[in-house]
Amino acid sequence: MTTRFAAALTVALALVLGIAAAPARAAEVHEVVSPGGITAWLVEDHSIPLIAVDFVFRGGAALDPAGKEGLAEFTSVLLDEGAGDYDSQAFQRTLEDNSIQLGFNAGQDNFSGRLKTLTKNRDLAFDLLRLSLTEAHFGADSVERMRAALLSSLSRSMENPDRIAAQAWWAAAFPNHPYGRPVSGTPESLAALDVADLRGFVDRRFARDNLVVSVVGDITPEALGPLLDSTVGTLPAQASSWDVPPAVLENPGSVTVVERAIPQSVVVFGDLGIARDDPDFYVAHVMNHILGGGSFNSRLYEEVREKRGLAYGIYSYLYPLDHASLIMGSVATQSARLAETVAVLREQWGRLAEEGVGETELDEAKAFITGSFALRFGSTDGVAGIVTAMQLQDLGIDYLDRRNALIDAVTVEDVRRVARRLLDPGTLTITVVGAPDPLPDGAIVKNAE
Amino acid sequence: MTIRPLAAVAPFAARSLAALLLLVAALTAPGSAGATIWNPKTFTLDNGLQVVVVENDRVPAVTQMIFYKVGAADEEPGKSGLAHYLEHLMFKGTERHPNGEFSRLVALNGGQENAFTSQDYTGYFQSVARDRLELIMELEADRMANLILTDAVARPELDVVIEERRSRIDNEPGAQLDERAGAVLYLHHPYGIPIIGWKHEMEGLTTEDARAFYARHYAPDNAVLVITGDVTVDEVRPLVEKYYGPIPARGIAPRTRVQEPPPLTARRVEMASPLVRQPEWNRSYLAPSYLAGEADQAYALQVLSEVLGGGATSRLYRRLVVERKLASSAGTYYSPDTIDLSRFAIYVSPRDGVPVEDVEKAVDEEIAAVLAEGVDPEAVARATARLESAAVYARDGLQAGARSLGVAVAAGRSIADVEAWPERIATVTAEEVDAAARLVLRPERSVTAILLPEKPAI
Repeated sequence: MTTRFAAALTVALALVLGIAAAPARAAEVHEVVSPGGITAWLVEDHSIPLIAVDFVFRGGAALDPAGKEGLAEFTSVLLDEGAGDYDSQAFQRTLEDNSIQLGFNAGQDNFSGRLKTLTKNRDLAFDLLRLSLTEAHFGADSVERMRAALLSSLSRSMENPDRIAAQAWWAAAFPNHPYGRPVSGTPESLAALDVADLRGFVDRRFARDNLVVSVVGDITPEALGPLLDSTVGTLPAQASSWDVPPAVLENPGSVTVVERAIPQSVVVFGDLGIARDDPDFYVAHVMNHILGGGSFNSRLYEEVREKRGLAYGIYSYLYPLDHASLIMGSVATQSARLAETVAVLREQWGRLAEEGVGETELDEAKAFITGSFALRFGSTDGVAGIVTAMQLQDLGIDYLDRRNALIDAVTVEDVRRVARRLLDPGTLTITVVGAPDPLPDGAIVKNAE
Repeated sequence: MTIRPLAAVAPFAARSLAALLLLVAALTAPGSAGATIWNPKTFTLDNGLQVVVVENDRVPAVTQMIFYKVGAADEEPGKSGLAHYLEHLMFKGTERHPNGEFSRLVALNGGQENAFTSQDYTGYFQSVARDRLELIMELEADRMANLILTDAVARPELDVVIEERRSRIDNEPGAQLDERAGAVLYLHHPYGIPIIGWKHEMEGLTTEDARAFYARHYAPDNAVLVITGDVTVDEVRPLVEKYYGPIPARGIAPRTRVQEPPPLTARRVEMASPLVRQPEWNRSYLAPSYLAGEADQAYALQVLSEVLGGGATSRLYRRLVVERKLASSAGTYYSPDTIDLSRFAIYVSPRDGVPVEDVEKAVDEEIAAVLAEGVDPEAVARATARLESAAVYARDGLQAGARSLGVAVAAGRSIADVEAWPERIATVTAEEVDAAARLVLRPERSVTAILLPEKPAI
């Protein structure tokens, strides 16, 4: 921190620390248990006639069998392509004509979905969700159409430097684990998937014991209970068991360059991070904010963008998965300055481990993290996302009351300790897509194909 | 479900964050929306600052969004990228709040912020807890009048915007093609110049250029301030008067821009790149906006866009993707928010192995059928109903309404005009949609753009 800011900061800190900051809690979360025994967490908000439902089945693309990568994602685009008495066009038409938004997404650990509807179309919306989960058609015509769309989308992503860099990072870090395989599959694996695979996915994965439901908006607990039963009550009690081994990060510290004839090199970097249930998770969260999490205020942003003009942006984030916990980030810069950018990144990574953070820097980070929490409750989608994360990560239904205190308790000593534990520039694993010249230290170059 | 290619959602608009955000706003609240949605309250200060307030107490938070009525299309020839460069430089400090302090204070108070530049306007916003409104208002008013720019802070930022150009355009063949297609669609009007700027002109931008642009365009009589959130207009007004009131008007001259000559020739641009694996086809037609050309067609064109390419049951998706199996995705894009002539775009991704020419022929057949037989009246009724329902979704979110209202007022439209949107959409008839289609879907108004994999050397 430079001295010319000191006076103003003192005033500003007094403002922040002296007055109660933004209300820590902007939503009341209640558990609803349906007559049939289905549990959901509900945030009632009757100010707008909208209802959002977030639902997650634990178990994601990491369970795609070898050679059938992309199965979860392929399933996710077919559930609204005809179900029950509706053929594909009729299903889509019913969604559109009633302004019902329904979508599914395959992640590495989870298969999730979201339903959003106007209150007046609530019962129809929940019924369409039921049909998509229990009576999807997987008609040959839809399957082939969506296969073509996914292949097309995959081709396009193979042209996208950001996607290439991310995929190269996962492949380099986890060559022998499902996390190293692409969620979207490969042209070969997508071609190999058939209707039996898709039906098998639904039969094995959609069940009541791996289901998490969050509901936000214009609905009461009394109305929600019976809807939960009618929508997911007929799902099997138990999903097929699965076993994903812990992911071991291989090739730590490697720098892989994937050559592409583009003027700007895209970098993805990462290392082992910290589990969500680790007692030091909140310390790591604050540490990462200071390192590269604060959008316009982090050390990486200051050193890479503000001081040197090396990049439009640079950021880092904690990424705790079920079978590996990571700290990751990304930056993009012109070929001639890529090596310099990587050097600055490594230097800052090491500096935080060696020197820790100052009191003021820590106080500012905590002020942002606690003060901005309420802003995340501005939309029904935002609230639903938080409530789902609370359930998936076992944070407790009173988490919103406790969260800011957990952040406030973080000390300079905590950050020093955790930074020393997590941040080692020697094990930071880096992938680059582009034509960097000069190459960063220690780079191994791979040809374009 | 439809899978839309990332780049093709807005074939030509994806030039800047600004354009992308505007597109999102356009999709969730097509065009804008009416009094029954946000019920905005307005007043104007003596110095000319227009103020719009949307009261919304769902969350104890507030958003300030300021729009300056100057965008990339208002740059002098040879200075492309200057409006966007200045947007970046607006964070570089004043005497009272030196470089870095603006964003630091916003963050310190738990705020989120960003900025955006379009062809027509430049905008800045912050969201904070409701009791911090005064702080962000003081900061925003301060930099309206007191920005200090030195080479020391401005030169590295020029490198940053050039990196931004590399990310958005130079690294992406599809974006490069879109940029060139835009330059050919607008033969004379500055909308043909990319918002982020041509690289050779960006490299020549100086700190003095930015100072002069700031002095010429940043003033209360050239700005619209939108406050949304858990605050009343009675609370807002004294704060606005306290912080923005003392800034003198500068007598900003109204903008003047060269206009397009009548379009006479169909145009084509084609690009092949070794980075491309997936061919893309799109076509843009010069089209009226709310304020330019046959402006009364703007509502019917929104309905036409929905009927032709709005989702999985739209005509183009149904015919090209579902029935004829020629394409993996197909859709349309149209936004009437621009001050000058807008564009109506159709984009299609050919299915693997299908020649681009076959896709183009199929699109031409659908257009010919629409022009000859008219659109299906039932499809029009479904589209207008769907667009109206979008208004409820447009009320959801921390900044709900701020963007749509700010864009409209900054362009010179009245709140009443914005408020009339739902009823104007509701009354659009199939005959009006047919007339709009006949007006716009004409070869001489169009640029067809084709992106191809580079053919292997023999």
